[in-house]
Amino acid sequence: MKLTRIPQFVAGLRGESESQPSFSAADLAVGLGTLVLLYVAARVGAESLVKFSPPDVIPTISLDPRNLPNYAARSTLRMFIALGFSTLFTFVYGYAAARSRRAEKVLVPLLDILQSVPVLGFLSVTVTLFIAMFRGSLLGLEAAAIFAIFTGQAWNMTFSFYQSLRTVPAELEEMATLYGLSKWERFTRLELPSSVIGLVWNGMMSFGGGWFFLAASESISVLNRQYTLPGLGSYVASAIAARDLHAVGWAIVTMVVLVLLIDQLFWKPLVTIADRYKLELSAGEERRFWVVDLWKAASLPALFERILGPSLHAADRLLSNFTRVTPHAERKQTSKTADMVFNVIVSGLAIGMLIAAIRFVLSSVGLKEVGHAAVLGLATGARVLALLVFSTIVWTPIGVAIGFNPRLARLSQPLVQIFASFPANFLFPFATLIFIRLGIHLNWGSMLLMALGAQWYLLFNVIGGAQAVPNDLREMATSIGLRGIRKWRFLIGPGIFGSWVTGAITASGGAWNASIVAEIVSWGNTTLKAAGLGAYIADATATGDWPRIVLGVGLMSVFVVTLNRVVWKPLYHLAQTRFQLS
Amino acid sequence: MAQSATLATLLTAEQVSKTFPLSAGGEQTVLETVSLTVAPGEVVALLGRSGSGKSTLLRILAGLIEPSTGAVTRHGIALHGPNPDVAMVFQSFALLPWLTVQENAELGLTARGVPKETAEKEAMHALQMVGLEGFEGAYPKELSGGMRQRVGFARAFVMKPDVLMMDEPFSALDVLTAENLRGEISDLWEKGSFPSKSILLVTHNIEEAILLADRIVVLGTNPGRIRGEVRVDIARPRSKSQPRFRALMDHVYTVMTNPEASVEEAPTVTVKQPKRFPMLPHARSGGISGLLEIIHDRGGREDLPQLANDLRLEIDDLLPAVDASALLGFASVAEGDVTITDIGKEFATAGVHRSHEIFKEQLLSSVPLTGTVLRVLEQKRDGRIGKEFLLDILDEHFSDEEAEKQFQTLIDWGRYAHLFEYDADEERLYLAEPEEDGAERDSPAAV
Repeated sequence: MKLTRIPQFVAGLRGESESQPSFSAADLAVGLGTLVLLYVAARVGAESLVKFSPPDVIPTISLDPRNLPNYAARSTLRMFIALGFSTLFTFVYGYAAARSRRAEKVLVPLLDILQSVPVLGFLSVTVTLFIAMFRGSLLGLEAAAIFAIFTGQAWNMTFSFYQSLRTVPAELEEMATLYGLSKWERFTRLELPSSVIGLVWNGMMSFGGGWFFLAASESISVLNRQYTLPGLGSYVASAIAARDLHAVGWAIVTMVVLVLLIDQLFWKPLVTIADRYKLELSAGEERRFWVVDLWKAASLPALFERILGPSLHAADRLLSNFTRVTPHAERKQTSKTADMVFNVIVSGLAIGMLIAAIRFVLSSVGLKEVGHAAVLGLATGARVLALLVFSTIVWTPIGVAIGFNPRLARLSQPLVQIFASFPANFLFPFATLIFIRLGIHLNWGSMLLMALGAQWYLLFNVIGGAQAVPNDLREMATSIGLRGIRKWRFLIGPGIFGSWVTGAITASGGAWNASIVAEIVSWGNTTLKAAGLGAYIADATATGDWPRIVLGVGLMSVFVVTLNRVVWKPLYHLAQTRFQLS
Repeated sequence: MAQSATLATLLTAEQVSKTFPLSAGGEQTVLETVSLTVAPGEVVALLGRSGSGKSTLLRILAGLIEPSTGAVTRHGIALHGPNPDVAMVFQSFALLPWLTVQENAELGLTARGVPKETAEKEAMHALQMVGLEGFEGAYPKELSGGMRQRVGFARAFVMKPDVLMMDEPFSALDVLTAENLRGEISDLWEKGSFPSKSILLVTHNIEEAILLADRIVVLGTNPGRIRGEVRVDIARPRSKSQPRFRALMDHVYTVMTNPEASVEEAPTVTVKQPKRFPMLPHARSGGISGLLEIIHDRGGREDLPQLANDLRLEIDDLLPAVDASALLGFASVAEGDVTITDIGKEFATAGVHRSHEIFKEQLLSSVPLTGTVLRVLEQKRDGRIGKEFLLDILDEHFSDEEAEKQFQTLIDWGRYAHLFEYDADEERLYLAEPEEDGAERDSPAAV
């Protein structure tokens, strides 16, 4: 007897037995876990609706470690809400860019630019907006914080989704057209599943990036005002202001626990499920994970499936009927004149906005300031370069050694992933203290701080690259006696080049972004500042100096986009054409 | 054309052409004024080499591509958009990896809003027909290639289409599985309860076409056009050993190897095709010399169908090498047989150095483009020309993809002949260094 099934895209985890539900320990675990989660979310969410009217009643942070679970829960809730919005944005934006030729021409370069605008830049613009929108309740601040986190998460996922949509195999597309799939069916049966793996991995990476800006988003120092939201980030900020080293320590412990928990309970299960959606049909070994196994062993999910099944099915059919594809009555001619008009309008708008921005900046601060900021930008760029060189020299050999040893690689991959997720700026206070005690100027110190966050991406990718070097090539090298520098020159270097480039691009982007919180650090009343564009932007944001904010953010975007085009894209192209392993 | 005759056809293409814009300006014609009808109760095969536009024609008839000129009609009504009366079986199976066999098979019915119970019943029935009972809950990655294609068939059967379209359905399977599945489809058709009214099959396998089809439409290359039709009047069930089968194989091989031969078996009116820019067959120098050595070993004259069968090669693998050998004067092809020439014999038995020389001589005399390239190289002071120079010439006659392939073949032959060398990094051709005196190396003792 066949029971009504939920459309497959929802039921990712069907239990093996569809017989009479029997309660087991697995059910207890799953049921309890879900209830606890819901309770925490509800409780914490309710606290966000507390009334407050700036600038009088600002919620205060207590440095008592017993508040940490509450703060941690609130921060986590913000992170996940931002993730939800990021996912929605990804679908809409990515879909538009992939399906409309004209939209693509605008949306993809725009995405490039958005990726390079520092998160803090968004924050300064939107915080006043959100507070005005939600007069009187904390929700305004929450919205601003969530938005800031969103801008740290969304772009990577959007790119991945857009790429997946563009690389759906042609025969599957033809099959979907010929068998009359509606737009909804096409999206849920073909396009979404084929992009799941990319989305999950990119989501994981971006999520980790979101933690980094927690402190900046929750303790918003914008336009000469200080807004503080209860959360882990603002806890650390207060601890720094109060010079409480113990509090910082507790915060780090909490952060580690949080990262591990989310990794185990959320990301690892997702990655395991996503494996199901691989496009290449190889019967490889299945990934197993204890949470997924637990879920499958419980019969509660199957019960829910049975209850919700019919209504979800009906919803699926309804949406499908709404989005039927009708054969067009006449041929759609792609009109060249319409294209040209579109191009002209878009270029006109872009140039117009650019001119307006330049005039705004020049009239308020003058050309000399622009020059000054540009020089600062060069300084930050030099730091990023030095950081990359250092990371390459130190971590590449280590990464290769790990990657060539399968057991080591398996053990270290999850560890390095967690390092990459952990927000390095939680460790900044310790570094700052050391700098102050030893009298190291932040001009040099900031490099270490930026490296703390960025170098893991390089290591992670190099390990992956070394793993991908085929065994035959390594055996061949050993048998003909290729050793030492020569081995690096002829085998290892070219072999991992592609992965190194990917890692370097990510590390570089992360370092630029990090410069805003790394070039200006404080401990108590002491503030260290480095000469760089990051410090410039941070300063301007704190004082609400609009022209300087626009100038700084604009310059940083220009720097990053230029470097991308001039350095990274050609290197990546080189890796794809010359150094492909397959 | 009488009204009743039009209504009797399921699908008609009238004067259909398809062109694509070339990046160098101008257009490349993939299909040139093709007219085709599919009537109920017949199996039609579209046979042609790669580049003959047969897959494009199939997709135009399926409504996946719009023709540049001409029209497609189904049951007399003009077709716009995907054709609801056809179902397609794809070369690479096109199964959704995250759906079970049952869900894949039901996909077309679900898309049409057929209620769940009916869809499931129909899918089960179709799966039984293709022998996949018991596999409903399996995922594609658990299945072998042959089983995956059976799911593809089941999915198409379930739709009960007017025309079942198959795009090289067996070419991604190993030979034994392909033969097995082909036989089963053939049996199903013969039984008379086939789920569709007709079949339109695209293939580059001559044997398959003769085995399955009632008529074979032969397509020419560059541009794609219909050269003619071969009626297969062998009674079913058909067997490869029947003399009529073999005769037809020979005839079709002749047609395929001689672009100017008339397709109908009526005695020869060789249709003179207008001179087109010579297109190099896509064969590597290694393939050419390998083929000649085999022919020489087997006595110097080979029946093409037999050779293809023994070497387990499809026409897209064998014919280019045969064509190249003929072009270079190493072999001659007539009536489905290939015979090695004297020069070819010398080439096949020569040592390394001498064979390069022979190849060079033949290349210069048979392919004018190489002569041009050599002259230009010799005239230039630095003795180098860029890839762009050659691509510009080729771009005017071929699509970007084809021009690149032509270029690669030219480079391969030129290198083998020690005519010129090519630096892939700088994308430049330059004159080859004169070879060391290889005379001693070629002495019989040394080989």
